[in-house]
Amino acid sequence: MPNTTHTIQLTLKPGQHDGDGQRVAEAAARHLGLTTGRVRSAALYTVRYPLTETQLSDFATRCLADPVLHDVRLNELTAAPGFATYILVARRPGVTDDEGTSAQNALADILNEPLDVHTQHIFSKKLYLLENDLPEADLRRIAEELLGNKLINWLEVGRVADGIRDYTPRPGGGAEAITEVISLTGRTDAELLQLSKENIYALNLEEMRAVRDYFAAPATQAERQAAGLPADPTDCELEIIAQTWSEHCKHKEFAALINYKDLETGEEKQVDSLFKTYIKDATSEVDRQLRANGNDWLVKVFSDNAGAVRINADSLFVWKVETHNSPSAIDPYGGAITGILGNNRDPLATGIGGARLLFNTNVLCFGNPEYDGPLLTGQLHPRRILEGVRKGIEDGGNKSGVPTVNGAIVFDDRYAGKPLVYCGTGAVMPMQFAGLDSWEKKIDAGDRIVMAGGRVGKDGIHGATFSSIELDETAPATAVQIGSPITQKLAMDFLLLAARRGLLKCSTDNGAGGLSSSVGELAGISGGAVVELEKVPLKYPGLRPWEIFVSESQERFTLVVEPGKMAEIAALGQEMEVELTDIGHFTSDGFLDVRFDGAPVARLNMEFLHEGVPRKILEAEWTKPAAAEPQVPAQTDYTATLTQLLGSLNICSRESVIRQYDHEVKGRTIVKPLMGATGQAPQDAAVVRFNFESWEGVAVSNGIIPRYGDLDAYHMSAGAFDEGVRQIIAVGGKLPNLTPGDGIFWSVNDNFCVPDSVYDPISNPDGKQKLAKLVRMCEALRDATAAYCIPLTSGKDSMKNDFKADGVKISVPPTVLYSMTAKMEDVRRAVTSDFKQDDDVVYLLGETHDELGGSEFYALHGQLGANVPKVDFANAKALYTLIGQANDQGLIQSCHDLSDGGLAVALAETTFGYGYGAEVELPAAGLPLATQLFSESHSRFLATVAPEDVVAFEALLGSRGTRLGRVTPDGQLTVRHAGQTVVSASTATLRAAWTNGPVNKLLGVVSKDNLSHSNSL
Amino acid sequence: MVQEAAQGAHKVQSEAQADSPESAGAVRALILTGFGINCEEEFAAAYRLAGAEATIVHLNQVMHGQVSIHDFDVLNFPGGFSFGDDLGSGVVLANKLRYRQNGPDGRTLLDDIRQFIAAGKFVFGICNGFQVLVKLGLLPNLGGSVTPEVTLTHNASGRYEDRWVTLRVNPKANTPFLKGIDTLEVPVRHGEGRLVIPDQATQAAIEAAGLNCLTYADFDGGATDVYPFNPNGAALNCAGLSDTTGQVFGLMPHPEAFLSAYNHPDWARRRRAGQTDEEGQGLRIFKNIVEHITQLHAAAAPAPQFATRN
Repeated sequence: MPNTTHTIQLTLKPGQHDGDGQRVAEAAARHLGLTTGRVRSAALYTVRYPLTETQLSDFATRCLADPVLHDVRLNELTAAPGFATYILVARRPGVTDDEGTSAQNALADILNEPLDVHTQHIFSKKLYLLENDLPEADLRRIAEELLGNKLINWLEVGRVADGIRDYTPRPGGGAEAITEVISLTGRTDAELLQLSKENIYALNLEEMRAVRDYFAAPATQAERQAAGLPADPTDCELEIIAQTWSEHCKHKEFAALINYKDLETGEEKQVDSLFKTYIKDATSEVDRQLRANGNDWLVKVFSDNAGAVRINADSLFVWKVETHNSPSAIDPYGGAITGILGNNRDPLATGIGGARLLFNTNVLCFGNPEYDGPLLTGQLHPRRILEGVRKGIEDGGNKSGVPTVNGAIVFDDRYAGKPLVYCGTGAVMPMQFAGLDSWEKKIDAGDRIVMAGGRVGKDGIHGATFSSIELDETAPATAVQIGSPITQKLAMDFLLLAARRGLLKCSTDNGAGGLSSSVGELAGISGGAVVELEKVPLKYPGLRPWEIFVSESQERFTLVVEPGKMAEIAALGQEMEVELTDIGHFTSDGFLDVRFDGAPVARLNMEFLHEGVPRKILEAEWTKPAAAEPQVPAQTDYTATLTQLLGSLNICSRESVIRQYDHEVKGRTIVKPLMGATGQAPQDAAVVRFNFESWEGVAVSNGIIPRYGDLDAYHMSAGAFDEGVRQIIAVGGKLPNLTPGDGIFWSVNDNFCVPDSVYDPISNPDGKQKLAKLVRMCEALRDATAAYCIPLTSGKDSMKNDFKADGVKISVPPTVLYSMTAKMEDVRRAVTSDFKQDDDVVYLLGETHDELGGSEFYALHGQLGANVPKVDFANAKALYTLIGQANDQGLIQSCHDLSDGGLAVALAETTFGYGYGAEVELPAAGLPLATQLFSESHSRFLATVAPEDVVAFEALLGSRGTRLGRVTPDGQLTVRHAGQTVVSASTATLRAAWTNGPVNKLLGVVSKDNLSHSNSL
Repeated sequence: MVQEAAQGAHKVQSEAQADSPESAGAVRALILTGFGINCEEEFAAAYRLAGAEATIVHLNQVMHGQVSIHDFDVLNFPGGFSFGDDLGSGVVLANKLRYRQNGPDGRTLLDDIRQFIAAGKFVFGICNGFQVLVKLGLLPNLGGSVTPEVTLTHNASGRYEDRWVTLRVNPKANTPFLKGIDTLEVPVRHGEGRLVIPDQATQAAIEAAGLNCLTYADFDGGATDVYPFNPNGAALNCAGLSDTTGQVFGLMPHPEAFLSAYNHPDWARRRRAGQTDEEGQGLRIFKNIVEHITQLHAAAAPAPQFATRN
């Protein structure tokens, strides 16, 4: 009888470069100050499958080992001589192990045997051997802070001499298919709240009472008795309600009634739902104006997983941006990868489903990665969060074959508790699949419910409720999920084909809340559903029915299939190796009916489930923050200031991050994040063409300026919106609806991420002020959409971005991201930011005001200031219209929007693409020099025009363009003011300051110089 | 499980296949996809722009015998992350081609590929596809026995990177894919592109035969080992290999991502400087092989019609 457990160890042959080991040694020195000596890495595979010795040896040497690189050791866990200590990194039970799954695939191939790849037979691990005899505490630090995460990894450390301890997970076990009954009757208020907290329902007292009252109602009692359910709710029912009513899924605060007081003006008003008032109604008004002008491209807003607008007669553009903040705080890699993969599923499962993904974006907010102080319990270092999130986005995007074309990173100490991770995905869907409108979701009673993709485990239980509360040191490990891009890629390929063959009636994704959410929402269309939980395929045994229903195990879709098409879709799934399981059917009886092996597990009235949540009434009070303009002494030369700004955290180059994302897979990216001959000229917006047959495409931008919110949340939000718009104008996009029927679509997602804004005298004494900020952000949003006639198509709010531990609370600044997309009629007419030719004439477009408040210039001086930049929408719109006309005539050679660091930084950045310089003369009259150079007034651009086009350009732009100077061939940037040279620098020096800023220094390729430097620390 | 799927005998026909023109005598390119391959669309677009017929098929269609590679002129392995690349790039796919027996006679797809090459046909791999060809031993295949002789592993930088590089064609290169090309700009997008050659003898044999057909070059066009011009630290600064027949060719960078001039990061300045050609340099490789195969077809002499009717 062959042995059933084996260990395969792969070590690098002598002389082969051990990059992994070297990086561990470097990182230990660089980030932890620990000297490890040499570090060798080895891959371990534990095989729990009956194999003969020959089979094992063949598998190890032919499938796993690279004959050029590896030596193989079988069934021995030993170290080469010269290594004193070790760290073994394994996975905890049930954590996704793609490497193990791949190894199983390979095993099945070499054995030529069918092997159930859904049961885990192979477990992959990493072993690190360290030369130095470090104490166990130091080994643990390396293990926990550099190599693994305690929530998902099992870490063993020790001395080699004492024997290397191995660990192989045994998932599941323990629990059985039991459904418990939880009585709510007779519980005091305090007991109801206690129950909510203990079970992570995240429901408040009023909501708990509403649940209690529903079950106590005579009508409910009668129905339950008739259906064979206990009088009291089951665990599954409470979990379903908690998930459906979670802030994450229900957006209760955006739907609340808000009493708003402006303490300055004495104005009082009631806001009847932020979402309805400022987002939905505003978009309806925009749509009315669009349609009145023959622009009927707005197809689907707010009612599906993503918004859809019409590109042309044949296709739709689908756009969705989400956040994944809480998971990224406790497991940055897992949080970010599931964030991007989860967001991918939204456009994939919009309408019928089966859109083709075109691109990803990501906007990230972190604490200072160079932070050098103590951390709170459970808090991860900002550098670690940054590195983990970056890696998650790399794997999530690259391995799915979706280019990451645009993004931003914002640093602020207040993101050190909870980072913000915004993931966006654009997709293209044909107008019709097999003769049906692709954007519609239609379901009839009798249609089958099919789960497709990955299997269900305990990972991600309570994600929806957990993300709806503030984070503390007791965050549950089960809330973490690890994504499997390969599993999702297979499911995605399948969905594309199934939709095109007319096999799908519609689909949705399984994200937050798992089946409970996806089936619960779809059942709202037909009017009910029956789910048979025993049919759901599990990763391992031991899940209770409620856990199966709310688990957020990743890479799953819920498909709606007509009974007559089941055989064909099942065959396609089998061919493409995507697991499909029929888990029930839709009904129209008004109940969500969940069973396990025929026994009732949950039966909830759909109307109560979806409409029964009590409405919140919230208080908001606005007081203008006290602020004053600082006295910053005027200088005669600002070269040093500009250089400092270019190397500052929020302005410096992000190249080391950008280049690790594939931004051009699919071959359609026309304007990438970095352009020019140097590949180092930063761009304002991405431009992507839709296909290889036409030149139509889409411009993609992101507006986010949280800093300004410290001065005025309204102007912060208005400014962020304008930033997104002007970036698209800069790359050659046009405002919508300027001409009847022009068909230039815009599709914008709003994503609000705010701290807990519900007032509580003890736990949140400034809650009213925080909520007032949110109201003002929304007011600005409404004003901006109306002014530009730009619709919102989807969005998301994340309301509890606080981290609490050790009696300290870190709250994010109120933040809003506007993710914008706009149609480009011909991507060949896109305009990039960098200078194109010497002697081109340099213009400032738009007007500079005395608005240094919140600027990077003030930040450099440790000041905030008072004069926050304000958007004049009418003026901005007039300028953007003129720029569109100039682009129609091909008059603009380069265009860069002015933002962080103002005119001076933009001037420097436009030289980074090639060896050009510029000679510029600023107006002597008017604003002080520092204001002209560094004010961050909105709606401005730095543009260049060919000498032969100057007359036409100036005639068109009139007073909106200020001629500043010309592009020079000499690589010198010279700025003069009132007869004095006020900036004079080699553009190579400026570019070096920007390139060698803190982000690239921290994340860039480690050169030997850097390494020896950090070793000496 | 896979066998069960075969019995399902359900034909996966991609859209691309349905769309492709059915002109007689055209060069037929077969492009594999599925299991994490993700550059199949631009690969197909490249062949179409070069005048060939491009057919994208799921690997299982070929494994299960629903599509025969022998009906095509050139077999293509696109980039991506086949099977997630979790065991090393291309390893699991190469393993499947070598060991998975399709049908009752125990034939593997590698057996078919060897027959395909012996029939004078062509195999092309880009990025992950190149990694598959190397891990299979189809490149460089000095010994002719299709066993791995070199490998591709983690970049010296230890990271995945997307950046544009300049390649120089080895004057000794004998593959029709590179005919008439001197230098080429293309993006690299990989984490495991460092060629490792285990010994001097293998290296000498590769160099002697000019199989190291593409070299990373600096601004002056000279071969370089300097990062980032050589983005991964490859032996011989090598970006691509061919086999001794020249029929099998693969490279780490992505010519299929440079089909249009507007893919290049510096396109806007170049256009301002007077460049009007809208074609991307990457397309030249595809035009080369399509033209070469067209000539072979012509040389093979169209059999007189009455002959086939007999």
